[in-house]
Amino acid sequence: MAVDKDTVARIAKLARIRIPEEQQEALTGELTEILNWVEQLSELDTDGVEPMTSVVAMSLPKREDAVTDGNCADKVLKNAPEGAHGFFAVPKVVE
Amino acid sequence: MSKLTHLTLTEARDGLSKGDFSARELTQAHVEAVEACRSLNAFITETPDKALDGADASDKRRSKGEAGVLEGIPLAIKDLFCTQDVLTTAGSHILDGFQPQYESTVSANLWAAGAVMLGKTNLDEFAMGSSNMTSYYGGVENPWRREGSNAPLVPGGSSGGSAAAVAARCAMGATGTDTGGSIRQPAAFCGVVGMKPTYGRCSRWGIVAFASSLDQAGPMTRGVRDAAIMLRGMAGHDPKDSTSVDTPVPDYEAAMNGDVRGLKVGIPKEYRIDGTPAEIDTVWQQGIEWLKAAGAEMVDISLPHTKYALPTYYIVAPAEASSNLARYDGVRYGLRVQGDTLDEMYEATRGEGFGAEVKRRILIGAYVLSAGYYDAYYNKARRIRTLIANDFKAAYEKVDVVLTPTAPSAAFGMGDKMDDPVAMYLNDVFTVPASLAGLPGISLPAGLSADGLPLGLQLLGQPFEEGTLLKVAEVLETAAEFDALPQIIS
Repeated sequence: MAVDKDTVARIAKLARIRIPEEQQEALTGELTEILNWVEQLSELDTDGVEPMTSVVAMSLPKREDAVTDGNCADKVLKNAPEGAHGFFAVPKVVE
Repeated sequence: MSKLTHLTLTEARDGLSKGDFSARELTQAHVEAVEACRSLNAFITETPDKALDGADASDKRRSKGEAGVLEGIPLAIKDLFCTQDVLTTAGSHILDGFQPQYESTVSANLWAAGAVMLGKTNLDEFAMGSSNMTSYYGGVENPWRREGSNAPLVPGGSSGGSAAAVAARCAMGATGTDTGGSIRQPAAFCGVVGMKPTYGRCSRWGIVAFASSLDQAGPMTRGVRDAAIMLRGMAGHDPKDSTSVDTPVPDYEAAMNGDVRGLKVGIPKEYRIDGTPAEIDTVWQQGIEWLKAAGAEMVDISLPHTKYALPTYYIVAPAEASSNLARYDGVRYGLRVQGDTLDEMYEATRGEGFGAEVKRRILIGAYVLSAGYYDAYYNKARRIRTLIANDFKAAYEKVDVVLTPTAPSAAFGMGDKMDDPVAMYLNDVFTVPASLAGLPGISLPAGLSADGLPLGLQLLGQPFEEGTLLKVAEVLETAAEFDALPQIIS
């Protein structure tokens, strides 16, 4: 299946990745090639086959609903590019 | 002292316990080897001070009679494992300066077993690649060269720095991670042993996530017994990873008795692929003969959905990656590129922070998960994944292990295949099916190509039967007598 430049621009927007105009053409070609290659899967009849959810047959373990972590705001913020007053700081989102 | 770096992990363990040398001496020799091999670019971060301090602490523990299973063994850690207060990059620009405030479970297990950290090894960006060429920190050079040629070759990927470091005798072992072949293929390219355990055997906690339903950590070493010892130090149940399995970790070494008489070895016909170089087939046939001579029985098997494994993988893995990599937003860690609005900041940060291959995979992932395509691509791939797992289940009713080549070629040149993503993906044709089925696999060096490069054989096993794999692999290792050395140290 071929994707066009508009589709690439749309999914780049969805993925929040800026793709400069001059790179969109090449990327469109590459993604088309990959999608054409995976297209061979459509020749397989998979009706009635359960989609894989886990490779190991096990049920999700449960634990007591208790706080096991916390009181480490400094550590959480240690790697933040910008922090202020014990919070992450981001560009203004409300006027 | 340089000879200490030529010991296997097993020999070093025994030498340390006999008091032939100290952990300090062993570590010092490796710290020097790491420095001497800088031209390979195998390490992103060297931690010599940490290594020597760790070695001294290890010598103290040993003098008190408190030696762990990896006491005093210097190891390299793939830079995908979070290490407390030590730069962790995942080979990506977007994690600039990231110093985790916690330690991954696997590396913590290794330190608890007495191991010493030499540094963090280079890798394909976010473990996405088969050549190590996608790293923001540059490609890694394979310690091996073709006979009569000085052209630099790739070490394979994504655990390329780990494989190169072990092959060049910079580290006695290294951690790798394997999502579609990222331990086994570089092990084959660099002439070392690499094992991907069963999904769930090693905790994924604290490993930078790529595709969570596939990622699994494992050991890379110079010998099969080394891998058994190291895996024992890495594995174990971890409540912090809900997919980590709560079963005891066996003493793998104890099961390695060399006896494979009557063992049934499956030879899958679908792994004979047109266009594969004849020497790959030759080494495979050689492996068959070695196991026959040791008393094992060869059984022709069919894994009919093999050809669909790679395209299935290239839907499932990017889908999971696009979700996992959403966390790199310029807010919590690493790089931030300013923008006027929050969205512009995200887009600028991710546009600049991710390399070309990572962007391709995130976009493919976002596409196959987007409304209207989810069923046709993602659910379809998950259904075929079930069929691939069922192929193996059926085969394991007839055989104990499966023997195949590890990769369809020997190491290729740095820069080759870079303009053709699908050609690059084909490197993992023999490793991806078992990844999709969550099965354990091991690659070991079995011979040399016509131009003198290592070629690997792969054994695949049943879930949690790592012990059987290691036993059979050791029989192959003994028969192969692989003792060639890479040019950089010979």
